[in-house]
Amino acid sequence: MARITLSKLRHSYYPNPSGPEDYALKEIDVTWKDGGAYALLGPSGCGKSTLLNIISGLLVPSEGQILFDDRDVTSLAPDQRNIAQVFQFPVIYDTMTVRQNLAFPLKNRGVDPARIEQRVAEIAAMLEVEDMLDTRASGLSPDNKQKISMGRGLVRDDVNVVMFDEPLTVIDPHLKWKLRSKLKELHQRVRATMIYVTHDQTEALTFADEVVVMQDGEVVQIGTPVELFERPQHTFVGHFIGSPGMNVLPCEMNGDRAIFHGHDVALEGPVTGQGGTIRLGVRPEHIDIQESGLPARVTKVSDVGRHFVVEAMVGDSAVKIVTEEHAPEQGTEVHLGFRPDKTRIYRDGWIATEARA
Amino acid sequence: MRTENQKAWFFVLPVLFLVAFNALVPMMTVVNYSVQETFGNNQFFWQGLDWFEQILRSERFQAALGRQFLFTFLILLIEVPLGIIVALSMPRKGFWVPVCLVLMALPMLIPWNVVGSMWNIFTLPKIGLMGYFLNDVLGINYDMTQQPLSAWITVIVMDVWHWTSLVVLLCYAGLVSIPDAYYQAAKIDGASPWSVFRYIQLPKMKTVLTIAVLLRFMDSFNIYTEPFVLTGGGPGNSTTLLSIDLVKIALGQFDLGPAAAMSLIYFAITLLVSWVFYTLMTKDDQK
Repeated sequence: MARITLSKLRHSYYPNPSGPEDYALKEIDVTWKDGGAYALLGPSGCGKSTLLNIISGLLVPSEGQILFDDRDVTSLAPDQRNIAQVFQFPVIYDTMTVRQNLAFPLKNRGVDPARIEQRVAEIAAMLEVEDMLDTRASGLSPDNKQKISMGRGLVRDDVNVVMFDEPLTVIDPHLKWKLRSKLKELHQRVRATMIYVTHDQTEALTFADEVVVMQDGEVVQIGTPVELFERPQHTFVGHFIGSPGMNVLPCEMNGDRAIFHGHDVALEGPVTGQGGTIRLGVRPEHIDIQESGLPARVTKVSDVGRHFVVEAMVGDSAVKIVTEEHAPEQGTEVHLGFRPDKTRIYRDGWIATEARA
Repeated sequence: MRTENQKAWFFVLPVLFLVAFNALVPMMTVVNYSVQETFGNNQFFWQGLDWFEQILRSERFQAALGRQFLFTFLILLIEVPLGIIVALSMPRKGFWVPVCLVLMALPMLIPWNVVGSMWNIFTLPKIGLMGYFLNDVLGINYDMTQQPLSAWITVIVMDVWHWTSLVVLLCYAGLVSIPDAYYQAAKIDGASPWSVFRYIQLPKMKTVLTIAVLLRFMDSFNIYTEPFVLTGGGPGNSTTLLSIDLVKIALGQFDLGPAAAMSLIYFAITLLVSWVFYTLMTKDDQK
């Protein structure tokens, strides 16, 4: 178990990067607490796997340092870092039994056989795979294979960090949920630092205490699931997290007032900075359909089960609203109200309003 | 509306003709010869299984069969491990991949009788580069036209030169199909290079390796052209492998009956060994 510090980390796959666009991973500075559950969330190609491979030691970063507690491990090989990694596709030693698979990392490190047996039994009990210990691993179903590759990581009790690289990709939907709660339970039991890489917001938000959202090799926000939802620091976070994502609307500034299609919109706090491209951000959940306010025409209503998603046009901008009450008919004229404390201005993508104290 | 007829069978006719004329008819001719005696003029006399018995009891056949098994065993023993080692040391990506692949494929592109001639000229004492070098430079007494051991070594080296590439290419195909994650997981698990080979590379190569061994077994067991061109089965009978002996009986002595019986026995052995090997190798997978 260890605290993980990434200090001024950058990585480029080119030998001589000339500009920021050459970096697959732009500068990142973050500290992860010992025993925490963290997620790296972002679309494909955002650099999250690069970051993961740097932490595991499969890749040496171009710049910066990685510390496990206070030890610099930047140039150490993966097997010297005492880490575990679960890959997208289950990695299983086909010719071995489940028991031999679980014992493999310990055997390679010359652990005493009695101790190996004890650890394997513990882990098997934790993963609920005791009844398959003596079967050949090649015949297992994908979710069990993934459990075994997870077990190979957990079997070492000195492991610093367990990393998951989109581990649920090949798992059937109805088993995903089961395996995900198993993961969460395991984390609570072993209290190892865990880092979970995914492009699926549900997986990230349910697993992690803190989520790192990445886009184009850049960390756009680090926060708890609630923070990411309630106060996105970047339009990308607002858009990427939530279903549907945050409304990102064109808007003009008149002094300190935001004007959206000729109407004044109240904001959470004073606007900071100057110039740039201005956008108004408000989540569909934070818009009310009411008697007075912004006039809008309803273009589409979808019933998604627990609530309705209403699409309405304000001028030529489409706005999405989530409402739990009765939704208005398609084609009707309604009025919208943006909740002031949840309505923000984004300048060039980044948040530009101060939170009200 | 639905029409039912059996016209689809006509589609099978072409292939039926083809198989009949290139396999079944010649095969049946051989079977015919194997149970009859002929003195020409298209006159045949029923002989039963006499030829089979005669062949199986003949010391000449037994000796040739022994040589054949020894030859096949030796080349498999060399080519399979060598092929694996070469495949493992080939680059997986980059500029050298196509270069290696083409170099590897070259020997297999050379016609068999050319390979035989090449090695014949190469190894002849006095004339051949290798023959001259061994005898006159290193002082090793080597003459594959006179010494059975030299002849055997030459035949085996020639086959290794010609066919190890096949094992290499098949193993290489197996190796490059292993996802990087396996190597990364092995690194993290602290596996030694030997463990990586034993538990990742070898199991993943198993299928292609089975095919490679099977192909090499069948080809080497039926080998004719190269040793015939190189040594003609000599010196004496020392490199007379089964097919060379078969041709001697059939075309040299014109003993069509015994030759036909021998062909069938030869065929049966090849088939049996291949089947047993394949069954054993794939037995595990069906569990």
